[in-house]
Amino acid sequence: MAYTEEELKKELETKEYEYGFVTDIESDTFPVGLNEGIVKAISKRKEEPEWMTDWRLKAFKSWQEMEEPKWANVKYPKPDFQKISYYSAPKGKDKYNSLDEVDPELLKTFEKLGISINEQKKLTGVAIDIVVDSVSVATTFKETLSKKGIIFCSISEAIKNHPDLVKKYIGSVVPQKDNFYATLNSAVFSDGSFCYIPKGVRCPMELSTYFRINQAGTGQFERTLVIADKDSYVSYLEGCTAPSRDENQLHAAVVELVALDGAEIKYSTVQNWFPGNKNGKGGVFNFVTKRGICHTNSKISWTQVETGSAVTWKYPSCILKGDNSIGEFYSIAVTNNYQQADTGTKMIHIGKNTKSTILSKGISAGKSQNSYRGLVQINAKAENARNFSQCDSLLMGNKCGAHTFPYIEVKNKTAIVEHEASTSKIGEDQIFYCNQRGIDTEQAIALIVNGFSKEVLNKLPMEFAVEAQKLLEISLEGSVG
Amino acid sequence: MIGSNKKTTMPLADKLVSSFLAFELDIDIQSPVHNIRTDAIKKFEKLGFPHRKLEAWKYTSLNKLLKEDYTLFSKKKNVLDFKNVKDFFLDNTESYKLIFVDGFFDSFLSQTSHEKVDVCIMSAALSKAKYTSIIKKYFNKSIEKGDSLSQLNTAFSKEGAYIHVPKNIILEKPIEIIHFATGNESALMLQPRNLIVLEEGAQAEIIESHQSLTDNPIFTNSVSEIFVSKNAHLDYYKIQNDRLSSSLIDNTYISQERDSNSKIHTFSFGGKLTRNNLNYYQKGSYINSTMKGITIIDDKQLVDHHTLVDHANPNCESHQDYKGIYSGSSTGVFNGKIVVDKIAQKTNAFQKNNNILLNDKSTINSKPQLEIFADDVKCSHGCTIGQLDQDALFYLRARGIPKKEAEALLTYAFANNVLESVNIPALKSKIKKIIANKLGVEIGFDL
Repeated sequence: MAYTEEELKKELETKEYEYGFVTDIESDTFPVGLNEGIVKAISKRKEEPEWMTDWRLKAFKSWQEMEEPKWANVKYPKPDFQKISYYSAPKGKDKYNSLDEVDPELLKTFEKLGISINEQKKLTGVAIDIVVDSVSVATTFKETLSKKGIIFCSISEAIKNHPDLVKKYIGSVVPQKDNFYATLNSAVFSDGSFCYIPKGVRCPMELSTYFRINQAGTGQFERTLVIADKDSYVSYLEGCTAPSRDENQLHAAVVELVALDGAEIKYSTVQNWFPGNKNGKGGVFNFVTKRGICHTNSKISWTQVETGSAVTWKYPSCILKGDNSIGEFYSIAVTNNYQQADTGTKMIHIGKNTKSTILSKGISAGKSQNSYRGLVQINAKAENARNFSQCDSLLMGNKCGAHTFPYIEVKNKTAIVEHEASTSKIGEDQIFYCNQRGIDTEQAIALIVNGFSKEVLNKLPMEFAVEAQKLLEISLEGSVG
Repeated sequence: MIGSNKKTTMPLADKLVSSFLAFELDIDIQSPVHNIRTDAIKKFEKLGFPHRKLEAWKYTSLNKLLKEDYTLFSKKKNVLDFKNVKDFFLDNTESYKLIFVDGFFDSFLSQTSHEKVDVCIMSAALSKAKYTSIIKKYFNKSIEKGDSLSQLNTAFSKEGAYIHVPKNIILEKPIEIIHFATGNESALMLQPRNLIVLEEGAQAEIIESHQSLTDNPIFTNSVSEIFVSKNAHLDYYKIQNDRLSSSLIDNTYISQERDSNSKIHTFSFGGKLTRNNLNYYQKGSYINSTMKGITIIDDKQLVDHHTLVDHANPNCESHQDYKGIYSGSSTGVFNGKIVVDKIAQKTNAFQKNNNILLNDKSTINSKPQLEIFADDVKCSHGCTIGQLDQDALFYLRARGIPKKEAEALLTYAFANNVLESVNIPALKSKIKKIIANKLGVEIGFDL
C-alpha cells in the first residue's frame, strides 16, 4: 500500500536494460576502418571462393559512391564508418561438433537470456543457429533437417558447400546497389543464416536464429537467405537481445526471401536490442533491408515485434511477382524514452490476383518517435489486386510522436485498396475500469496494450508469442506518469 | 519588350528572374510591400521551380508546363462582352463580382463595394493609404516560409481580389472571383494574388474560378491568403473547370483564430494540370476547418491535392473528405498532411480520400499522412481505391437504365456527400450540371 505511483515511476526510470551484460569471451577483432583490404581480408578469413570476394568488392565499389539515405523520419549522429570494426568472431576452435566444445562462458550467456540450448533442443523442437557477434557457433538439429533434404546452416558454410544456390539467389531480391546499408552489407557481411527447403517439403520445426551484438564497437552485418522451393513451407524465427553499451552500435542486416511457385515462408522477428538508456544515450542503430519475392501461388508473411534499438529503419517488403501470390505484414513497434522507429512495409503488386494485408500497430511512450512508412503499389498489369492496410497508433504522453506516411500508388482499375489509420490514447475510462477491479494502472496499461496488439501477437508462433508479450510489458514499464 | 522575344530558349525560371527588373518599372517601388517582393524573388531565384526529386512534388512534374514560352505580362487590356462569358457566372444570383481579364481588373463586368465591406482589388489596396494598415498586418504574413511558387507569386504580386469584411458584418450575397485568360497573343502566364480578411464575427461566401477563353496554353500560379478572425465564418468554393490547354497551381493559405470556422470546397473537373496546395494554420482553440473536394477527370488530366492542417492549439477540429473519379489516362494525386502539435490536446482530425478508377490507364497516388505529437487526440485517415459496385450497376440496368446513365448515377451518389454541404443553391445546380456534362449524360441528378 505504501508503494506509490511516484516510487514505481522512480524505480522504473532507474531500471537498467535487463539483458545488459557483457560476455567475457576473447574476440578475434579486425582493426577499425573500411577499405578494400578489409573487404578482402573478411573474405579470406571466411575462406570464401573467388566469385564471392569479387562480389563483395563490387558492392564495396558501389558503396563508396553512395550516400546515406536522409528521408527517414529519424535523427541520429551519422555513424563513422571508419571507426567500426567489420569483423569479430569468438576465438576458439573453428568448428564445433557438439555443444560440449562450445566456450562455457558463451553457454552461460545464453542461459542468462533464457535460451538454454539443451532445453530448447528437448522441449521445443526448435533448431537454433546461434550467432554471437558474427560467426555461427552452434547448429542444432541439423541431422533431423538434413534427412528431409533441408539445408539450414550459416551463410559462410553455404557459400562453401552450396555455391550454386547462393550464387543464384544472393542479391536477387535485394540487389547490391539497393540502398546504402544493403550495399555496405553486401561488401562486409560477416555471417548469417542460409536456409533451403526442397520441393514439396514442409519443414517440421520452426527454424530460428538468435542474434547478439557483443564485442564493443563491432558492427554487425548479418546476411540471411531463405529459399523455399516449389510447394514447400517454412517458418523462420529471428530474435535478438544485445548487451548494454554506451557507444552506438550499428547493425545493417539484409534478409532475402525467395518463395518459388506454391511455397510459403513465414518470417517472424522479435527485436529487443539495447534501446539506449532513459536519457537516450547509447543504443543500437538498426538499419535493415528485408525483402521477399513471391512467385506464382506463393505466400510470404512477415511478422515483427520491434521493441529495441535506439534507431530503427526497417521495411520488410514483398514483391508479389507471380499470379495469385500473397504478401502479409504484421507489425508491432514500441518506442519508449528516446527511441526512434521508422518502420513499415512495401507491397509491390505485379502479378494478377495478388493480395496483400498490412497490419501495423505503433505504440509510442516517453520522448520517442514512432513512424509507419509504407508503400502499396499496384502495377498496370496487376489485375484484381487487393490490399487492405490498417495502421493504428497509441500515444502515451505528449512528449512522444506518432507518424504515418502511407504511399498508395494504383495503376489498375480492377484494384481494390483500402487503407485506414487511427491515432488515439489509452482511454482513461478503460484504466478506471481496471483500477476499479483491483488492477493497478501499470498492469492495466499492459493489459490494454496487449489487447491493442493482439491481432499481431496472434500471428506469432507459440514460442515467440509469450516472449513478445513479456517484451511489450518490459518496454512500456515506466511510461505511465 | 518583355516576353516578346519568341525565339528565346531561356528557361522560364531565368526569364522570370530577369523580367523582375522590367516589372519594377511598372510599380511603385517605394512602397513597403516592395521589400517583400525583392526578398521573394531572391528566394525564388535560389529555389527555382519545384521538381520531382522533392517529396512534395514526387508525383507531379512541371517539366512540360515550364517548356512553353509564356508571355509574362499581357500588353493590352482585353475587353470581354458579358454575353460571351455569361455562362461562367452564377445564374439568377445577386453577387459581388471581381473579374480579371489577363491579369487586369475589368470594371465593366465587376461589381465591387466600398460600403461597409471592401470588395475591391489588390492594386488599389497596395497603393492607397487607407489600406496600408491592413496590408501591413496581413500581406504575405502566412507564406513567409512558403514554397518557391508562392515566393514567385509574391515577387510579382500586383493584382487580384482584395476582400476585407469588418467586425460582425455578414455578407448577404456571395462574392464571385473570376480570372479570365484570353491569351490572344500567345501562351500566357498569370499570377493573381488574393487577400481575404474576415474580421471578428464576420461571415462571407466566396466563389473563385480561373477560366481560359483560348486554346493557347495558360499557366496560372495563384496565391490566396485568407485570414479568418475570432468567431468568423468563411465558405469558400473553388471551381476548376478550365479548358484542357490551361494549367493551374493554386496556393491557398488560411490562418484561423479561435472559434472560427472555415470551409473550402474544391471542384476539379477541367484543366491539364491542376495542383492545389491548401494550407490551414490554426492559431487558436475551438477552430473548425473543413476541406472537401470532388475530382472527376479523364484524358491526360492531372489533379493534385496537397492539404496541410497545422493543429497548433487544443480543442480544434479538422475534416477532410476528397472524392476522386479517374478515367482515360488521367492521374490523381492526394497528399493530406495532418500535424498535431504537442500542446494541441483534444484535437479531432479526420481525413478521408475515396477514389474510383474507371480505366486501366488511369493512376492514383495517395499519401494520407499523420504527424502527431499529442496523446489525447482522435485522428484517423482512411483511403480507398476501387470501382463502381457491379451489383448496383446490374440492379440499375435491370430496371432499364442505360449503362452510361447508371454509371453516372453511381458516380454522382459516390460524390454526393461532398456536394450536400454546398450552401449556395445556384452553385450546387451549376456543379451538378458540370458533373452531368463531364460524365456525358443528360440527367439532372435532382432525384
